[in-house]
Amino acid sequence: MQAGPSAAERAAVDELLGPPTSAWDGALERSEFDHRVARGGADARGDRDLLLPALHALQGAAGWISPGGMNYVCERLTVPPAEAYGVATFYAMFSVEERPPTVVHVCDDLACRRAGAETVIDRLRSDDATVVASPCLGLCERAPALLLQRAGDQVDSALAPVTDDALEGLIRDGVWGDADAGPESAPQAWEAASREGLRLLRRIGAVDPSSIDDYRAHGGYEALRLALEHGPEWTLREVTDSKLMGRGGAAFPTGVKWKAVAEQPVRPHYFVCNADESEPGTFKDRVVMEQDPFAVIEALTIAGITTGCERGYVYIRGEYPLATERLVHAIEEARRHGFLGDDVFGHGAAFDVELRRGAGAYICGEETALFNSLEGKRGEPRNKPPFPVQRGLFGKPTGINNVETLINVLELLRIGGRAYAGIGTEGSTGPRLFCLSGDVAAPGVYEHPHGVTLREVIDASGGVRDGRAPKAVLLGGAAGGFVGPDRLDVRLTFEDAREGGYTLGSGVVMVFGDSADLSDTCLRIARFFRDESCGQCVPCRVGTVRQEEALHRLVQGRTLGSRADELALLEDVARVMRDASICGLGQTAANAVQSAIASLGVFGGGEADALEGEAVPTRTEAQES
Amino acid sequence: MAVRPLGAVPLEPPRRLLTVTVDGAETRVPEGATILDACRANAVDTPTLCYADNLTPVNACRVCVVEVEGSRTLVPACSRTAEDGMVVSTDTDRVRHSRTLVMEFLASSVEMDLTNADVHRWMAEYEVHPERFGAQMPELPADERDRRDPGHHHEPLDPTVAEGVAQPVKIDNELYVRDYSRCILCYKCVEACGVDAQNTFAIAVAGRGFDARISTEYAVPLDESACVYCGNCIGVCPTGALMFRSEHEMREDGSWDEQQQTVTNTICPYCGVGCELELHVQDNEIVKVTSPWDHSVTNGHLCIKGRFGFAYVQSRREDDPTRRRAGARDRRGSSESASD
Repeated sequence: MQAGPSAAERAAVDELLGPPTSAWDGALERSEFDHRVARGGADARGDRDLLLPALHALQGAAGWISPGGMNYVCERLTVPPAEAYGVATFYAMFSVEERPPTVVHVCDDLACRRAGAETVIDRLRSDDATVVASPCLGLCERAPALLLQRAGDQVDSALAPVTDDALEGLIRDGVWGDADAGPESAPQAWEAASREGLRLLRRIGAVDPSSIDDYRAHGGYEALRLALEHGPEWTLREVTDSKLMGRGGAAFPTGVKWKAVAEQPVRPHYFVCNADESEPGTFKDRVVMEQDPFAVIEALTIAGITTGCERGYVYIRGEYPLATERLVHAIEEARRHGFLGDDVFGHGAAFDVELRRGAGAYICGEETALFNSLEGKRGEPRNKPPFPVQRGLFGKPTGINNVETLINVLELLRIGGRAYAGIGTEGSTGPRLFCLSGDVAAPGVYEHPHGVTLREVIDASGGVRDGRAPKAVLLGGAAGGFVGPDRLDVRLTFEDAREGGYTLGSGVVMVFGDSADLSDTCLRIARFFRDESCGQCVPCRVGTVRQEEALHRLVQGRTLGSRADELALLEDVARVMRDASICGLGQTAANAVQSAIASLGVFGGGEADALEGEAVPTRTEAQES
Repeated sequence: MAVRPLGAVPLEPPRRLLTVTVDGAETRVPEGATILDACRANAVDTPTLCYADNLTPVNACRVCVVEVEGSRTLVPACSRTAEDGMVVSTDTDRVRHSRTLVMEFLASSVEMDLTNADVHRWMAEYEVHPERFGAQMPELPADERDRRDPGHHHEPLDPTVAEGVAQPVKIDNELYVRDYSRCILCYKCVEACGVDAQNTFAIAVAGRGFDARISTEYAVPLDESACVYCGNCIGVCPTGALMFRSEHEMREDGSWDEQQQTVTNTICPYCGVGCELELHVQDNEIVKVTSPWDHSVTNGHLCIKGRFGFAYVQSRREDDPTRRRAGARDRRGSSESASD
């Protein structure tokens, strides 16, 4: 294709990549060397990881990725256009067809659906706005939510909750301020009475998220100072002693992971902060990043220096504009104060951080898919082995933890690994963040030590909105499972979960009251997995579609054969996805639906049809296989 | 990305032998071998779709999965390297279930009738019943699948029919057609177009999830893309989604008849590389050209001249009617297996 970029597209790409150096890589004018020198080739291919930021630049400049703009990026980075197109069409936030500069992404996922998302969509559509229904935007505590994706000079921003007034204002003026995580996002942290004893949330509500000085005044950078003074071996021992387990769902011991990276002889090493929080119902990492961004950067710095990395990445989901802005600011401030750079804190260690934005793909929260995305490829998961600690980002040993896991490190260094191990239970140490949403009185992020019961967690958020027992609780996210009202006294620890066949997943506690339509919820979950499957392997690509079709047939009463036949079919589909999919997404795509059928009797299933006590793996247990 | 040397003298140091147990029988394979190698060494028939001996395994189809002791999920045999002491089972209920379902998923969404005899045998052996997901969806309008946005839900119009990929054949050049109703998304053509053979990168996987498809940039016709018409994508396609235009047209008018075809092996005369050609001939006309995948020079891959530049052979024959008749007599029925 022969199209070239518009002036705005060219400027946006040049701002990211710098001006082209020769006609070879896209300069308009030839320099005197041009006929003898060709720049590009291997050097440019080494910049392949800039493809995703470059596509963001195009999307932001024109509101879509035009053939001309894409050609220019391909020239600059020596990427074949077919491959760049394959990458662009992988992400929900990119469009390869022209569309208006403003697009409204209205969340119609589990929590927002219960809070009237359909009405918002209808109202906006009747007003000619370009509206797309979006998977969970991670604003469940203030449902319903929407995200305004804008091109040109304006930046993206979120609105939550979308009240009638806010909606009318949006339609009338087209603008609003950013939806800031305020008191209602972490009710515990903003109230003097309940903030005593908080560890992970202790700065939230107290610290100015834009000020590095205020962060230091609240104990910030103490943990990094300790880590640098005592050295990596000490830090590693503290992390190991703390028995901290990953909070992404896999519950992999952090100390073991860090040690494995540190000991790899191959250099360089990389450390990635997984901030691609996209599990429906999950918003804890967002609240932390928005309210305490320096903590994330400090913890990543400790992780990087301890594991022998000089470069770290924060991979944040594209739908988090405010968290992105605050983290970018935090990184700049840290760099300016010498807390990042060639000589961190004057201790001789070099470490710097780069932030990369995703573009709308749940699968990129899977660690190997995240690496591919960051490398400028389609976000398709890789087969394991090799594991990331052996060959991860750019084929090098890589440590990767999510935001919550990382900020636990600050706390465990502050109080000492052994003291930290005394919190929670023997097998599940430390505090834990829970995302309360749905029909609870005060939704938001709550911190509790491991070992708390589900009932206690719900009660701490003010209990069920109608005052009665919930009809069901979705525990762990869409990749988790439903828990019935008879099981509210389950203890929330890794060991209890493993034994009881449920999962803590990403800490989602979504409560469904009396009026909830659980078959509709199941259908939405099935739809979510169908939309978010990367399409690489057959079990997940086709299985998620067949699962949704079967649920539609059950809901509509148009079954092929009897209901029992359909339930058996669903179980067959669930089994192949769980057994044979490449990654955790496919392996867990049937968990919630299967648990609803087995333990809640949705669609006429029941205990008799249950999976006979078979433990359902979590999304990220799968990652460690 | 290294393609293992095929047919050539292996220029590698001797490798340690590992002991792997496949279905209870111990077998010895060299270090670096895959579970599939071990299965084959043990004469265990393992279905494969996206695997090819001359391409890097992508293990996307998952039909070759096996059970490995200690592993929570099933493991793709084609790409997982064997480890000493590994215990592999290939005939358990779990393995059979996954293999059956994978083939049912594909057969319920993709036209599979032109896959090779092995695939038909496996489908029978694993008792594949794709119809249990409902009738197959009728053909979608042209380009509909090329324009689907990722992550934007397409509600099933009728959940009693199984969503499929049926669509019109793409015919945009003289040499070959792309019939994506037959595409199982095995990634082989992308690999052959890319680093495994041609390094042209004219096609890639675009879109996401069930809407993922093989595409040029912006789904432009092949002649506006980087395609150099080597036809190596046709050479590796396991389902007939990519096909010589001559074959496609003969199939359309009903004259394609593999029983009547003979295969003549020769060396491509265009340059000095020495690529081996297999000329598929029906009624004394060359209808298709392939190269053996285990040929040391080609690894099964050719260029546009070797694959499509055979017209001169026919025109010479046209000029000499005696030669044509003699040739026809000699070749007819001379080969047992007329096709690959």
